[in-house]
Amino acid sequence: MERLRRLKPGWGILPVAIFLAIWEIVARLDLIPGQIFFPPFSAVMQEFYRLVANGVLPSNFLSSLVRVLIGFCVGSLAGLLVGTLMGWKELLNRAFSPLISLLYPIPALGWLPLLMLWIGINELLPIAIIFICSFFPICYNTATGIRSVDENFVQAARTLGASNLRVLLTIVFPLALPTIFTGLRLEAGMAWRVIIAAEMVAIPTGIGALLMKAESLIRVDIIIVCLMLLSLMTFSFERAFIYLEGKLTRQWS
Amino acid sequence: MAVIELREIHNYACRGINLEIHSGELLVLLGPNGAGKTTLLNVIAGLTEYEGSVLSDGMSIDKLPPQKRKIGYLFQDLVLFPHLDVASNIAYSLKVQGWPKEKVQARVEELLELMRIKHLASRYPRHLSGGEKQRVALARALAPSPQILLLDEPLSSLDLQTSKYLRVELKQLQRKLGITTLYVTHELTEAEEMADRIAVIQEGRIEQVGRPEEIFFYPANEKVASFIGAPNILQCEQTRSLDQGLAEVNCGGMNVILPYDGRPIQRIALFPRDIYLSPLKPPGPEINRFKGIISEINMFPEGVRLSVKVKDNQLLAEMPYQVFEDLGLRKGQEVFLILKLRRIKVYQGEPR
Repeated sequence: MERLRRLKPGWGILPVAIFLAIWEIVARLDLIPGQIFFPPFSAVMQEFYRLVANGVLPSNFLSSLVRVLIGFCVGSLAGLLVGTLMGWKELLNRAFSPLISLLYPIPALGWLPLLMLWIGINELLPIAIIFICSFFPICYNTATGIRSVDENFVQAARTLGASNLRVLLTIVFPLALPTIFTGLRLEAGMAWRVIIAAEMVAIPTGIGALLMKAESLIRVDIIIVCLMLLSLMTFSFERAFIYLEGKLTRQWS
Repeated sequence: MAVIELREIHNYACRGINLEIHSGELLVLLGPNGAGKTTLLNVIAGLTEYEGSVLSDGMSIDKLPPQKRKIGYLFQDLVLFPHLDVASNIAYSLKVQGWPKEKVQARVEELLELMRIKHLASRYPRHLSGGEKQRVALARALAPSPQILLLDEPLSSLDLQTSKYLRVELKQLQRKLGITTLYVTHELTEAEEMADRIAVIQEGRIEQVGRPEEIFFYPANEKVASFIGAPNILQCEQTRSLDQGLAEVNCGGMNVILPYDGRPIQRIALFPRDIYLSPLKPPGPEINRFKGIISEINMFPEGVRLSVKVKDNQLLAEMPYQVFEDLGLRKGQEVFLILKLRRIKVYQGEPR
């Protein structure tokens, strides 16, 4: 066990490589009948190159990416702001907390029909869905993080001459970062899951839409290309936040 | 340095506290847990609600928020900011007060030097030992040159050795800076060692304020006497100097031998736990040994207290219950008393 644990992180690639090799062999040997339903890995990669070369994949990927980035950034900034205010001012917490507790449990996709009618089917629709999916959890996590900062730190900062705003910005907010980042990290991955679902159901462009088109054309290879891309994006978004959190808090937390 | 006055402070823990902390003095607020010591610090710091008035150099500061009160507060659990390194912790107050960068740096250097923690400047609090944290917290409290320093049991979290060492250092530092200091503790020896004056607080009331020896030899009431360990206090006369820094005094018919520095000895105090009883005549030289009769026996949760009549004095002795059982002492029995020479406290001040 000890020897296994000492392996460098790069070795995580090995099981993946083995998995791909088995996949390739099983598909090539035609162990499962029906090539079109189970293409080998190499065929999928060929299709990947083709989709990149003819611009179909990049354009759909970019539409999804832009939606996720805008929706997630705006949603989490709003969540951070409202969450910070709620965590800091008891009055605002009392005012908003019941509302947020009721809205938070609604699955983001549940809003889709309502938003389709309110907003219509346009670029704003997926962004609004991502906004909702990011806002509530991040708001909630931020408020919790801020409220859980030990009151003693606040008092100490006060006696050292800090005004309320300074205490918030220099002590309370930094100390709440670990909790806030938990929310950001989860929601960064969640944003990708939600955007695909929204595109599959309601929006004619993006990776989700491409997936649905591939299904109707029985193009398993394209479906697999999309799924691999999604896996990579969700993984790297979550990783990016883990990295950022480490950068900001590793030295002390 | 500032004079701090408390006038009729009332709140959930304080019951009408009046207290004056002289400029540059170290006043120890001494009392058992739950007496209201920390609350009183929080009142001065403006961190808790109260009625009454806090004056700094004669000016009321009741309306000022904590950040404007010019206090340095060393919290009992220190509360170093975990996300800032040592230098930034110390610099915090200066930065939020908008000092220019170079001045902040110079002041931080100065404090690192003063507290001898230069090597810790870039460490984070979680990598510091208890004593190191203590120094950093003190440096941080002193950074903005506060008018009064509030110390809440500053040594209670440390091991005995570190605590003894820091105690001396703290006292020297306080002298050097001449900063008006209110020092909270529940430890009698700590109070005695640190204090210019001691204020004994119990159940939200100040029971007595005075120099340590006044508290010991002239406890104002039963509560104070019992808190400081119910010492036997004997009036003495006829100091007779012996050699080797000792003297013999006559205290109500008992000839007691004591350490002596030339000034006449007015009173001595003996703590009940420092008087040993024995039903048999103990071997060895007959110094500070007396014969007496047990006149009363009282059981307490902490042990057994025996009242012993020796010549004209009634002395209180204390022992653990097990020892009492083993010795088989009874009321009316004749016993031998041994006073521990080193534990006898001597009052040489002016008679009151």
